[in-house]
Amino acid sequence: MTKTILMVDDSPSVRQVVGLTLKSAGYNVLEAADGSEALTKALANKVHAVVTDLNMPVMDGLTFIRKYRAAPASTGVPIVFLTTESSAAVKEQAKQAGATGWMVKPFQPDQLLAVVRKVAGA
Amino acid sequence: MTSIDPADTFRQEAADLLEILEQSLLDLEKRPGDEDLVSSAFRALHTLKGSGAMFGFTAVSDFIHDFETAFDQVRKGDAPASAELIAAALQAKDHVAALIAGKAVVDPAAGARILAALATAISAPAEPVWRVSFRLPENALMLGTKPVLLLDEMRSLGPCEIVSRSEAVAPVGDIDPDYLYLAWVVEIGGPVELPAIEDVFLFIRDDMELTIARTGEPHVEEAAAGEVPAQSAEATAILRREPEPEAASVAPKDKAATLRVPAERLDELMDRVGELVIAQARLSQLAVSRHDPALVSIAEDIERLTSSLRDTTMGTRMVPIGTLFGRFRRLVHDLSQDLGKQVNLVTTGEETELDKTVIEQLADPLVHLIRNAMDHGIERGDERRASGKGETATLRLSAAHRGAEVAITIADDGAGLDTARIRAKAEASGVIAPGAVLGEADVNRLIFEAGFSTSQSVTSLSGRGVGMDVVKRTVEGLRGSIDLASEPGHGTEVTLRLPLTLAIIDGLLVRVGSGRYTIPLAAVEECIELPKNAGEMRGRSFLDVRGDLVPFMRLRDLFHADGEADVYQKVVIVSSGQIRIGLVVDQIIGNNQTVIKQLSRLHSSLKTFSGATILGDGTVALILDVMNLVGFGQKLEESRRDDVLGRAA
Repeated sequence: MTKTILMVDDSPSVRQVVGLTLKSAGYNVLEAADGSEALTKALANKVHAVVTDLNMPVMDGLTFIRKYRAAPASTGVPIVFLTTESSAAVKEQAKQAGATGWMVKPFQPDQLLAVVRKVAGA
Repeated sequence: MTSIDPADTFRQEAADLLEILEQSLLDLEKRPGDEDLVSSAFRALHTLKGSGAMFGFTAVSDFIHDFETAFDQVRKGDAPASAELIAAALQAKDHVAALIAGKAVVDPAAGARILAALATAISAPAEPVWRVSFRLPENALMLGTKPVLLLDEMRSLGPCEIVSRSEAVAPVGDIDPDYLYLAWVVEIGGPVELPAIEDVFLFIRDDMELTIARTGEPHVEEAAAGEVPAQSAEATAILRREPEPEAASVAPKDKAATLRVPAERLDELMDRVGELVIAQARLSQLAVSRHDPALVSIAEDIERLTSSLRDTTMGTRMVPIGTLFGRFRRLVHDLSQDLGKQVNLVTTGEETELDKTVIEQLADPLVHLIRNAMDHGIERGDERRASGKGETATLRLSAAHRGAEVAITIADDGAGLDTARIRAKAEASGVIAPGAVLGEADVNRLIFEAGFSTSQSVTSLSGRGVGMDVVKRTVEGLRGSIDLASEPGHGTEVTLRLPLTLAIIDGLLVRVGSGRYTIPLAAVEECIELPKNAGEMRGRSFLDVRGDLVPFMRLRDLFHADGEADVYQKVVIVSSGQIRIGLVVDQIIGNNQTVIKQLSRLHSSLKTFSGATILGDGTVALILDVMNLVGFGQKLEESRRDDVLGRAA
């Protein structure tokens, strides 16, 4: 079964690189440019994992994670957030909001792929 | 005839027996319970002991006696064939080999140490395992953590025994299917590092209960029996143990009767057959010119017989490549311990036969390629896990016939070549000009250049920048070629293409001016007529072959041939690896069997010719070195192009 990954980042280039990496690894990829678009897409589609940036316009990543986790559809869906800071405070906040894992930026596309495989399976 | 020293016979016999012993030990490591392997190793030891005593090698038979006593416990099933035991036994085997070779450096204390190691290995307890017991937070499932993936990840580290604990499961009525009530105890065997296990729980480490401990005893206590909750369907499925990975395949030992013949005698036989082929060619030519049907008929008979005698003789020189592959299993075993990488060697096509000389000369290049693959290509276990691969890498070694060639492939599933680093290194060391326009494959091929090495640290194995160029030179010296394919993140594949034999080749005889030359038929793709309009355009000579542009070289110009050129010139299209060029000749005479004679030492620096042959009429034809001509043609093209560009600018 092809798994669907929702990729949320306001940078089109990050979305493109990550999207290509995941697609070439056999995943189906949905893209969103901010938290609000992400929430709409996450609730309208069956997604198997979410990869989201935290700093985004319109709706930031933390708010998106909280709102998404509030919906029953998010049960069991792993959420990986991208962060430039490796500070424990940000990680703790995101985990409280309901995130499953994280990836510290900058990263190589392959590293992200490894994390997605770790939380969502191949 | 030389008289044969019985001690030499024993040495040869011992070499065979030690080979059997080593193969059995290595196989035993993969299949520790296999009784056939244990008894085959035991038999080899026993025979060695007996013959050793008979031929006066008392040190050998005394040592083997103790070795045998230790190994007997394995045969009786009193001790397991553990990794330590195999390692000690392999050392003991090396010690025996050194004793038999009569090396002065053999230290009697070393023998005692090895025997002590053997004894310890036999009494040592089973390999310790990691016991990982963990309980995830109750809401872990809801928050996207999947225990089945965590268990899978642990299983990729080594053989796992997984038991789920269900004490905390709520009564059936109260079960919330989104909550996680189970805990697990996992025992992981094999050489696993602690950080690797901790990494499995990377994201959830802070919120869970986790204890990881070393334990000597391999069995966990039975999980508390109880109601099987709906939740544990997943967990019960996990309880099944992963099947053991398939052991490296080994061809069954051939029991056919064999005869030991000194190699020099075979070489002599080959020489004689070579002379016979030449004499037969002269006879055939004479028969045709005499127009005598009786003579022609005899000549044809002799031609047929010579040809089949040639094939048979060459057949006796053919050795299955498995003899070479066998040696590499030990190499891979030792290297993977030195480097701390788990590597599974899979060999195929051991039965593929190659000329004895080719096999002998291939050993060093292949050792180098394997070392390179294991040292540079294959990543460390933690890196492999990070890129989503199993920790155990696979090194494939295969051989197969492709037409008149044998292709030998060494493929790893490692990181692949780092094109950017190769390029940077090549620019830094002046192998290519900075910013030179090169395709990825061309950049990768730079590793075959002399003095090239990208390794950041010199290890004991490789990285001194001598090696890949030597590999290339050796293979080309055997009239073979190297292809290289690499996919970043997925591995590297090196293919060596080698001719079946070195002594006789099929050649295409051509005439240029008054001289005759032989082109190895294996390199010839086709022969066409040189079109009248194939002129030199802007300093470049290209030929349109069904839409493909093929550069060509006029051998008349290259060899400064005398006399007038033929009106209709022919082009022989030859290829070397990926590159094709056309060689313009005056006349194509036809196929002939070419017995290769080395050029004299005086002429050995000639690059354009790889040897010479004697034709049926007694004259000499030089054999063109296609590989070199292609390279020469390319350089010629480049210099002309530069000239033209220089003039244009």
